[in-house]
Amino acid sequence: MTIVHQRSPLELPSGEPLTPPKPLGVFSRPKATSGWKSWFTTVDHKKIGIMYGVASMLFFLVGGFEALLIRLQLAVPGNDLLSADLYNQVFTMHGLTMIFLVVMPLQSAFANYLLPLQIGARDVAFPRMNALSLWVWLLGAIFFNTSWLFGGGANGGWFAYAPNSGVAFTPGHGMDFYAVGLLIMGIGSTVSAINLTVTVFNMRTPGMSMMRMPVFTWMAFITQVLLVFALPVITVALFLLMFDRLFDASFFDVSKGGDPFLWEHLFWIFGHPEVYIMILPSFGIVSEVIPVFSRKPIFGYPFMVGSGIAIGFMGWGVWAHHMFASGMGPISVLAFSLATMFIAVPTGVKILNWMATMYGGRLRFTTAMLFSIALVAMFTIGGLSGVTHAVAPADTQQTDTYYIIAHFHYVLFGGALLGLFSGMYFWYPKMFGHFLNERLGKWHFWLMIIGFNATFGPMHMLGLQGMMRRTYTYTDGQGFNVWNLVATIGAFTLAVSILIFMYNVAHSYRKHKANPVDPGPDPWDARSLEWMIPSPTPEYNFAELVVVEEFDEFWHRKYGHDEEGRLVRIAKTEDVVQKPGATGIHLPSPSYWPLVLAVGLPLVGYGLIFNLWWAVPGALITIMGIFGWVMEPADDPDGGHEHHEDESPSDDPEAAAELTDGAESGEASDEETVAADAEQTEEAPVG
Amino acid sequence: MADVAEIAHEEIEDVEFPDDSHATSTGISNPKLAMWVYLASDALLFGGLISTYLIYKNRPGEIPGLSGSPVRISELFDIPFTSMTTFILLMSSLTMVMSVTSAMRNDQVRMRLWLGTTALLGALFLGGQIYEFTVFVSEGLGYTSNVSSSAFYTLTGFHGVHVAVGILMLVAMLGMSLRQRIHAEAVEVIGLYWHFVDIVWVVIFTIVYLIP
Repeated sequence: MTIVHQRSPLELPSGEPLTPPKPLGVFSRPKATSGWKSWFTTVDHKKIGIMYGVASMLFFLVGGFEALLIRLQLAVPGNDLLSADLYNQVFTMHGLTMIFLVVMPLQSAFANYLLPLQIGARDVAFPRMNALSLWVWLLGAIFFNTSWLFGGGANGGWFAYAPNSGVAFTPGHGMDFYAVGLLIMGIGSTVSAINLTVTVFNMRTPGMSMMRMPVFTWMAFITQVLLVFALPVITVALFLLMFDRLFDASFFDVSKGGDPFLWEHLFWIFGHPEVYIMILPSFGIVSEVIPVFSRKPIFGYPFMVGSGIAIGFMGWGVWAHHMFASGMGPISVLAFSLATMFIAVPTGVKILNWMATMYGGRLRFTTAMLFSIALVAMFTIGGLSGVTHAVAPADTQQTDTYYIIAHFHYVLFGGALLGLFSGMYFWYPKMFGHFLNERLGKWHFWLMIIGFNATFGPMHMLGLQGMMRRTYTYTDGQGFNVWNLVATIGAFTLAVSILIFMYNVAHSYRKHKANPVDPGPDPWDARSLEWMIPSPTPEYNFAELVVVEEFDEFWHRKYGHDEEGRLVRIAKTEDVVQKPGATGIHLPSPSYWPLVLAVGLPLVGYGLIFNLWWAVPGALITIMGIFGWVMEPADDPDGGHEHHEDESPSDDPEAAAELTDGAESGEASDEETVAADAEQTEEAPVG
Repeated sequence: MADVAEIAHEEIEDVEFPDDSHATSTGISNPKLAMWVYLASDALLFGGLISTYLIYKNRPGEIPGLSGSPVRISELFDIPFTSMTTFILLMSSLTMVMSVTSAMRNDQVRMRLWLGTTALLGALFLGGQIYEFTVFVSEGLGYTSNVSSSAFYTLTGFHGVHVAVGILMLVAMLGMSLRQRIHAEAVEVIGLYWHFVDIVWVVIFTIVYLIP
């Protein structure tokens, strides 16, 4: 239970002989740390982050394909490319894919990869739980998409309003997959949120107080806290929907006294914090990129953090602004309208602080910086149209029109996604050891900005002209033809920009293979701790723990001020950064069990939907996973150390306590040895 | 100034892997903190379920013309019986405390005894709940009879599953303690969960059973 073990988990290549571990059940403990097999058993937060990223980019292609289908269908009036029913499925799956399978996991990718690095830790608090959340999410996402093979995707809109989502109005299995799939992915998100929350609270390197953490860490942390509190609410809603659809309950059946309003409230109590869950990490990324390429510290750091916290809190008091048109009464409308206007204030603080950071800075317009600046601009447009929704009478006009679509694509694409692309160009050398090509990157950027504005800009006009969303076609003569065609052309421009990005990834990799150029630990002359270590990040992250004395620690080790307050270099980067090649650092052991546990859940899902007996093998696999996890020795003979930060309460309380239990008891049984071992670790040659 | 890095480097050697068993940044161990965060999340789960019940409890009978049974689930409550099972569950919190105390005093035998007692009391409560459910069903209010019964069974069912999971954890820990010494904190973390489940029941009992 100690930091000794927490920060120095299992052993890797230290030259000591490896004793084969006792086989547990059918599996012995996996050993590989490289090769394709290692990806399935890894508990390394960096590999998990990369897998999150790759998987969500694949789903991005799926969601993008669905978007192109929508735009093709709407390109001309009276089109019959998609039937009305298929159109319902395509736009619902597009929304759900982009939200739950792209933006959220892509941010998990960055949070997983960067949080430990930015707070100077060797891994997250619970490495095996981290792997569990990846596999549960990924298998849940695949499960969710298999609905296409079982009679069609979900077709009730991403918010699945009752009573439309009931069996009476949407027979077929699409909405079943919606309820069960989101429940499974919710388990993964909850585990991950608990894990990262504890990581930020507990795993900070000495001297890294909360108010010295980088802004990205802060924003990702607030996101995790929001997830901790928002997910149980959607869990309740989804369970009620599932009981309605699969077990004949009547929570949303008006004829039995069910109340569709309940769904709307539960959904949006989750759904509105969800909006901030999707945008805050991108705000964090931008807050890292802009100072680096302006060569200035972030302007008003306490206000950046404070406004993030304020958004997190106020995000809980504005959910019913999604329901102005539902007839909930003038008092509620007034209250939520005011609250919504107020939440624009902390967001405005952020926008102004980014601009003040750039003001007077020595700007370098790299691709990462361009994407960040674009976020500031595009998000401001989206934020302003958001304020127009806060005015309830205007919102009544805008509800269910393309104006809403325009708004939330400006904040989610123009906000969240541009920030994520900025982060990719920025941290790519840290993650993969080579740059993305800047020239191709700029092509990607400009095409994306043009395509984005061409696609979603005209939707403002279409919406105000009265074009309804979720309608599969329109007729000639409604005056929608021109802007719809422009939007479709814009969508294909976006698709081209994504192709360029993919080509860039392949091209940069091939160029790097042919002619490797080490970007060095600190290619951008950056500010936070992750740039102090070699690129790509070594498996153990930090050869030596960094002692932090101020915000932007790394920068201040490189630069000081002379008498006139001018910036002067006080140390060469090479002298400040850590050297590669450390040995004898103990890392958490890989494990099969997170994957085994996760495999059972989709099987249970199929069982719930089709035949309860099919759930039995799934449940057995999951239970086997839990017990295998518990029985896996805490003091792995391979490592000889506790790594028991990975044994702990998980989302599943049963696993939780047993894990703790196993770990604790394991440790207790030979505390002496452990202590001695730990001592040795400290003295092990490092660096 | 050039040797700032040098100085920092020396300091690092000193603090690397501090040998303090509670040297997490907050001083709270990871498992315990994670349990607290999980319980905070779980509280909202019950919040949502309790709200659902409160909205639906009077619907049958109040709104004319609804299909389904017109009987409200609250008309079937047997308050004395449920008070008794509530008392049993509350007592299990006491025995859980005893178990944690024993574990902290490193008294493994008493710890096992109290763990077993806690699990037993939990099982008694669960048995009472199952009995209550069967009585309600035999009186004609099943899960799908009307919205008040659906909401009631969902809420108390979720709580029952929490209790069952708690019992499993207690039994598993008891079993493991026969093989190896159990660390006091493991018992404490399960204790946190157990107390939470008890407190939630107090809220449910008050709101669902006692307030008409």
